[in-house]
Amino acid sequence: MTRYFSQEHEWIEIEGDLGTVGITDYAQGQLGDITFVDLPEAGATFGKGDSVAVVDSVKAASDVYTPVSGTIAEANGALTDEPELVNTQAETGGWLFRIRLSDASELEALMDEAAYKQYVESL
Amino acid sequence: MSEYPISDSDQEPEELAPMLLPLDSWHKDRGGRMVEFAGYMMPVQYEGIMAEHLWTRENAGLFDVSHMGQLYITGEGVEAALEAALPIDLSTLKTRSVRYSLLLDENGGILDDLMVTRWESGFYLVVNGATKWDDIGTLREYLPDDITLNHLDENALLALQGPKAAEALERHAPGVSALTFMKGGSFKLGGVDAWISRSGYTGEDGFEIAIPGDSAAMIADLLCGEPDVKPIGLGARDSLRLEAGLPLYGHDMDPARGPVEAGLAFGVNKRRRLEGGFPGSERVQRDFAEGTAQKRIGLKLNGRQAAREGAKVFQGEQEVGVVTSGGFSPSLQHPIAMAYVDAAFAADGTALSIELRGKKLDATVAAMPFVPNRYHR
Repeated sequence: MTRYFSQEHEWIEIEGDLGTVGITDYAQGQLGDITFVDLPEAGATFGKGDSVAVVDSVKAASDVYTPVSGTIAEANGALTDEPELVNTQAETGGWLFRIRLSDASELEALMDEAAYKQYVESL
Repeated sequence: MSEYPISDSDQEPEELAPMLLPLDSWHKDRGGRMVEFAGYMMPVQYEGIMAEHLWTRENAGLFDVSHMGQLYITGEGVEAALEAALPIDLSTLKTRSVRYSLLLDENGGILDDLMVTRWESGFYLVVNGATKWDDIGTLREYLPDDITLNHLDENALLALQGPKAAEALERHAPGVSALTFMKGGSFKLGGVDAWISRSGYTGEDGFEIAIPGDSAAMIADLLCGEPDVKPIGLGARDSLRLEAGLPLYGHDMDPARGPVEAGLAFGVNKRRRLEGGFPGSERVQRDFAEGTAQKRIGLKLNGRQAAREGAKVFQGEQEVGVVTSGGFSPSLQHPIAMAYVDAAFAADGTALSIELRGKKLDATVAAMPFVPNRYHR
């Protein structure tokens, strides 16, 4: 399994042609208390960079963009009752959706964990 | 990710670098996350909006509101001059009493909301930070030249809010707990001269404390040394005032809205409403007599998704209004909002919907405050 990161602070973990996407721990810290997550429906198709989900915090609503193109395979239903999982387990149990990649070469444009860490430190 | 901030940034003076307030480094030392607001760098949060909000409702929170404008108006005939500028009845405002009022333009549109206090020798006004420079210009235009308007810009302003505020402040400023809501007085606080009034913007009991800017850090330390007091950021200030049903200038009122439709008729005192003679009085009197096309209302939403400023309000397919503030209520654990809707749809209990990202969320018109006020009257 390989994990990539985007400049918009999403992470994607790849297993075969399936990617699990969430927001990074850095991003949840910036947003603060998450109160609601608007999730995509399974079967919906998106292009890389499309807004796929919305994360609500007390102070703002934030778009989440998919770092790759593909079709939504599954959304994390646990977030409906426990949106705070995005705060407490941003990079594990607080994942947002799984997407079936249509173009795996898009991953090449993303960062690995070390590069993302460096990127965050530069902000 | 990209954010849509809900409560700041659209009123900032353009092109100017943000200014720093007396407590700037104090906030940073306490872990405050600083953002630009009303032209100043201000703490939006420390440990988190939700925790800070609930702390204030249960204990006491210290807010730095030094960005707000503190004005002192004096001179021969100041009372009549100020009545010609504001829709306030000063004949019923006693010394050391505070009253809410409105700065209106000639068409009766709201330029700002403000607090007016009668001091022994003049009137002390507290106006919004984002509008203070314009307010000074407007007041200078409305007031005769021989009336002096001093901007007390060396002062800091703190607010201590919450059910434990009185107990905490009494230990450092003996006598403050004898004040009742909207009354003030001069006190020694940490050895410094302070003007303290029992007022605030959270719906809780609490105080607003004007002190010299160079004493602000010492006094903030003193108050936060109390176990029941924590510093609270702008984020929780916004969610607290929304629950309290208190409108925020630039969002829930602006020059396109008059006092009556904004639900701020109490900011126009009765004698002034009858007699007129203040900027915009014709429109205000007409609105009182004829009613307004729209009204500011509260909305409770089902589910957890919050409506934000600008979202359209519907009844069925008919667009009937617009959301001006909205967010998740930490105390109630569901979303709430303020909106302007056509008067026919403003009654409590009216079922409406709010359009959000192509979906329509159910909402019900609800009485404000959403969370009961707990002023010490």
